[in-house]
Amino acid sequence: MNTNKNSYTLIYATVMVVIVALMLALVSSSLKGIQTANVELDKKKQILSSLNVNLEGQDAAALYDKYIVKELVINARAEVLSEAKGDAFKLDYIKELAKPIGDRKLPLYIAEVDGATKYIIPLRGAGLWGPIWGYVALNDDKNTVYGTFFTHASETPGLGAEITQADFKQQFVGKRILNDKNEFVSIAVMKSGQMAENQDQVDAISGGTITSKGVEKMLLNCISQYEAYLKNSNGGTEE
Amino acid sequence: MSKLISDKTKAVFLGPLSKNNPITVQVLGICSALAVTAKLEPALVMGLSVTIIVAFSNVIISLLRNTIPNRIRIIVQLVVVAALVTIVSEILKAFAYDVSVQLSVYIGLIITNCILMGRLEAFAMGNKPWESFIDGLGNGFGYAWILVVVAFFRELFGSGSLFGFQIVPQAMYDAGYVNNGLMILPPMALILVACIIWVHRARNKELQEK
Repeated sequence: MNTNKNSYTLIYATVMVVIVALMLALVSSSLKGIQTANVELDKKKQILSSLNVNLEGQDAAALYDKYIVKELVINARAEVLSEAKGDAFKLDYIKELAKPIGDRKLPLYIAEVDGATKYIIPLRGAGLWGPIWGYVALNDDKNTVYGTFFTHASETPGLGAEITQADFKQQFVGKRILNDKNEFVSIAVMKSGQMAENQDQVDAISGGTITSKGVEKMLLNCISQYEAYLKNSNGGTEE
Repeated sequence: MSKLISDKTKAVFLGPLSKNNPITVQVLGICSALAVTAKLEPALVMGLSVTIIVAFSNVIISLLRNTIPNRIRIIVQLVVVAALVTIVSEILKAFAYDVSVQLSVYIGLIITNCILMGRLEAFAMGNKPWESFIDGLGNGFGYAWILVVVAFFRELFGSGSLFGFQIVPQAMYDAGYVNNGLMILPPMALILVACIIWVHRARNKELQEK
């Protein structure tokens, strides 16, 4: 057969593209269910990680139901829009962050660990190469950090990617998001040796400065959306 | 069986491990060698993924080699590689989610690995499926062992650990030992690869140009 004819080339290309497209569509649609379940389970694991829950060899879905007692959807004016279980979990946070702040629906998870209430705020920001995200759990004073979880899509291994390590995350525990005057200031991530003014700080990762600053910006931007809610029910401590 | 492991197939398999190594001799796939060798684990997984994909795409192209129109052969090769990589990544997402999260970027990087196109074009287009499969394995392993050696030194001296486990004892840090930050940065991978090439060429005189 003459494989150099134009008609042969055209037919060959068409048939190949159709076969490959069909194959990929088949694989993608047949695996879709399992993949979505994996993504949801992974999200539950991430939320639980911010509570410093040991997930080793445990059923994350069961633990999630045990620790997370409430899922709220609120807005930036601290109005609760939904308390139904699953609403906050299914909310597309990335899409909400693209809207103007007044229109955003914000997910908030309320957990109970050893009888104490914790507030878990989802985080989403930018690192050096791609998105970074995570969760920060606040104690019931809505000020000090109980635990954090950070992860990333494509930061440099050994440098920016170190934000996922326990050494980095543990630094945040006990840090305050409000300053002495009760104003929201978030937590600074500073090169070691540098001091932030009027706010708590942790050490950045050396060689991973842009990712570290991305974490700082992500904390500031994301927690500030919840400022009204956090201060509102603080009641007594507000002036 | 004697036909399966003839002298020729043996040469096809062993060549890329040393005298015809894709990285140190052909200098292909350098870009990913820089990107994934800061730690041992991603280097190892990347090496294995490339081995699997290069072997199977070699077989597919070799089976199709007599039907592929000459003018669009590069496109056909690219489509086969891209389809394989996509399927592997979808399967990982469904059945080994944790691994797929760790590898997120690297899986996509495999498509752009020059070794793949190099082997398809240079070997699979002109050889039978079985030899092509062996050639893919050989080149994959040849690529993988260089990556692992580079990653071994970079992780050991850059982070003081291997596979994430601390190797350098805390006492040494207390005594003033500091991890070499340069080891983690990409240029150090180039320097290490160059050192391997140096040693390799010094030991194999026939590789040296006159």
